[in-house]
Amino acid sequence: MLIKDEIVERHVLAVTVDNEAGILAKITGLFTARGYNIDSLTVADISEDHAVSRITIVTNGPPRVIDQIEAQLDRLVPVHGVVDLTEAGPHVQRELALVKVAGKGENRIEAMRLADVYRARVVDASTESFIFEITGSPEKIATFVALMREVGLVEVGRTGVVAISRGPNAV
Amino acid sequence: MSEKSGADILVESLIDLGVDTVFGYPGGAVLPIYDALFEHPKVNHILVRHEQAATHAAEGYARSTGKPGVVLVTSGPGATNAVTGITDALMDSIPMVVITGQVATNLIGTDAFQEADTVGITRHCTKHNYLVKKPSELAGIVNEAFHIATQGRPGPVVIDIPKNVQVAATEFNRHAAKANNRYQPQIEGDFKAINEAAEMIMAAKAPILYTGGGIINSGPKASEILRELAELTGAPVTSTLMGLGSFPANSNQWLGMLGMHGTFEANMAMNKADLVVCLGARFDDRITGRIDAFSPDSKKIHVDIDRSSINKTIRVDRPIVGDVGRVMEQLVAVLKGRRFSAPGYDEWWARIKGWQATKCLEYPENEEEIMPQEAIRKLWEATHEQDPIITTEVGQHQMWAAQHFDFDKPNKWLTSGGLGTMGYGLPAAIGAQLGNPDALVIDIAGEASIQMNIQELGTATQYRLPVKIFILNNEYMGMVRQWQELTYESRYSSSYSESLPDFVKLGESYDWTGIRIEKPSELEAGIKKMIETDGPVIVDCRVAKLANCFPMIPSGAAHTEMLLSPEDVKGTMDDQAKALV
Repeated sequence: MLIKDEIVERHVLAVTVDNEAGILAKITGLFTARGYNIDSLTVADISEDHAVSRITIVTNGPPRVIDQIEAQLDRLVPVHGVVDLTEAGPHVQRELALVKVAGKGENRIEAMRLADVYRARVVDASTESFIFEITGSPEKIATFVALMREVGLVEVGRTGVVAISRGPNAV
Repeated sequence: MSEKSGADILVESLIDLGVDTVFGYPGGAVLPIYDALFEHPKVNHILVRHEQAATHAAEGYARSTGKPGVVLVTSGPGATNAVTGITDALMDSIPMVVITGQVATNLIGTDAFQEADTVGITRHCTKHNYLVKKPSELAGIVNEAFHIATQGRPGPVVIDIPKNVQVAATEFNRHAAKANNRYQPQIEGDFKAINEAAEMIMAAKAPILYTGGGIINSGPKASEILRELAELTGAPVTSTLMGLGSFPANSNQWLGMLGMHGTFEANMAMNKADLVVCLGARFDDRITGRIDAFSPDSKKIHVDIDRSSINKTIRVDRPIVGDVGRVMEQLVAVLKGRRFSAPGYDEWWARIKGWQATKCLEYPENEEEIMPQEAIRKLWEATHEQDPIITTEVGQHQMWAAQHFDFDKPNKWLTSGGLGTMGYGLPAAIGAQLGNPDALVIDIAGEASIQMNIQELGTATQYRLPVKIFILNNEYMGMVRQWQELTYESRYSSSYSESLPDFVKLGESYDWTGIRIEKPSELEAGIKKMIETDGPVIVDCRVAKLANCFPMIPSGAAHTEMLLSPEDVKGTMDDQAKALV
């Protein structure tokens, strides 16, 4: 049987929600139940009274699916709003990674040099390892991690993307 | 301010919200609530025989009265048994509040006796759900739950209440509870969009109104405005299964139901229209058939209160988010303001009359056996003047009822459309009878479906509900057999109804009246006896065993590729079509 492929786009969605039990399960469950993709998902409460959380979801799919994802998210009762930052215009995307590199000699020096070029900070060091902290666009982090593979990468942890629109206004 | 137990707060909140009927089944984790109900005779508790039936009864009550249905079940198996009906209500947009007991908060997560993760299990089959952790939250949650269940696109809401929350005492402030209103769906249609839609209607040469269950949900007024809109435009009207009754079948603008078992004229008109006005329907796969062949040359307007229904399967040209009744009202006002009057569409109606001439609902005459279509038609003839409420189970009998029983008013046709739940009809009839004590309520059933909630015969007996069950007994899961005939060269795998009970004796054992109708000559008298008998009646109407439901659009086919009679059946299908449901 033929299953058709469509052109997929990557979109970054900012979703504000009531900070209540089960909301994350509702959202991730919606993605699995309807066959949508999650590239990354971050969540933390953002209001003074801890009542509202912001969830940043990076997803991909054909435009009509992205449109459905937004509509489906929007109809969940605890969801206040869904903004497609990719559609809304210029925005900043950042991700943080902790990258552990182990090794001695030339590799260790090279790791340090590359970290300097990528403005990664050393947050832990031993005589045979470093942990680098790096923030930046997902592409920058991916490149950095790829370079570290060649000089002794042993472990990496990434936060997933948080994003916010440029300019003075809130979305 | 006085302190009350969670159970009392719940019951008093229900009374404040106007709840007079609750369908339920007791158990360990809801005993405090049942004890509170004992003290509050204002709430009529209907004891069902299985929790699934409680949910369908609540659906029947809701669909026939317009009020939300309320269910009360215990934790664990009580809640899991209710899941089918909850999902059914979600698919068919039925307002329902389901209260489930839960083990005490300190036991949650310990695999306690009769513990189930009810909020987890129902997360994706409810419009919203709650686990009440503190008694102080209860009143607010109950109020919000009813608001959410009934406003916007209606749906089921589950409130899971741990036993210690039911027992604990807290202050109860009626008024504070009503403050929270975070859910505010859009009711009014966007003015610009409505103007554009009006222009599209005015420019159309071959328009069709495609209506759905949203019109029923919007309330009786929406059905009246639909009539006004139809009269104003003079356009033909078709409807989904869920929308039957919102437009009178006796109107000459009525084309009958569309979709898989819809009429030839409705489906051809959808295919050839230049404008489709979708009013409270959702382009379900039973309606569209093959997506890329669905109404290929038309512009499409889609009115829906749920934005996620728009552009989900079919791209539309002019979406309007809002309550369909209100939007039609706005649309009628704009059309009148522009002095639009029915242009006649002579050419369009001439084509439609041509399609109507195929008389697609005709069926072969049979003097030996009762044709199921004939049985439905005779039932309609004998009862329609009494405005009966008809419920159905799921399968061939359901489609024959949709095709051959004419509805002129909303809230008279209760059926499981989206989920297609066998066993819906009897409990739904019980719920409808409770909501409409004086109405004639008939469950048109099949001999297989009726057995899925047959235990509810006892509920009707207990509450002296005069519901009628009219079984079209062909000794097959007829729709399964029909598909096997169409798709699998008549290899009838597990679709024969073996070991059937004697329905007459079964009914009699529950103190029902049982009637058997075996020959065409007995049909009219049997139906008459059913209607004239006081109290509940079960009719075992033996019909032609191998009759099939036509017209039919086979899965994966276009509206123009309808099978009109058994002669069109090939008996095989390619894998692409087989993969479709």
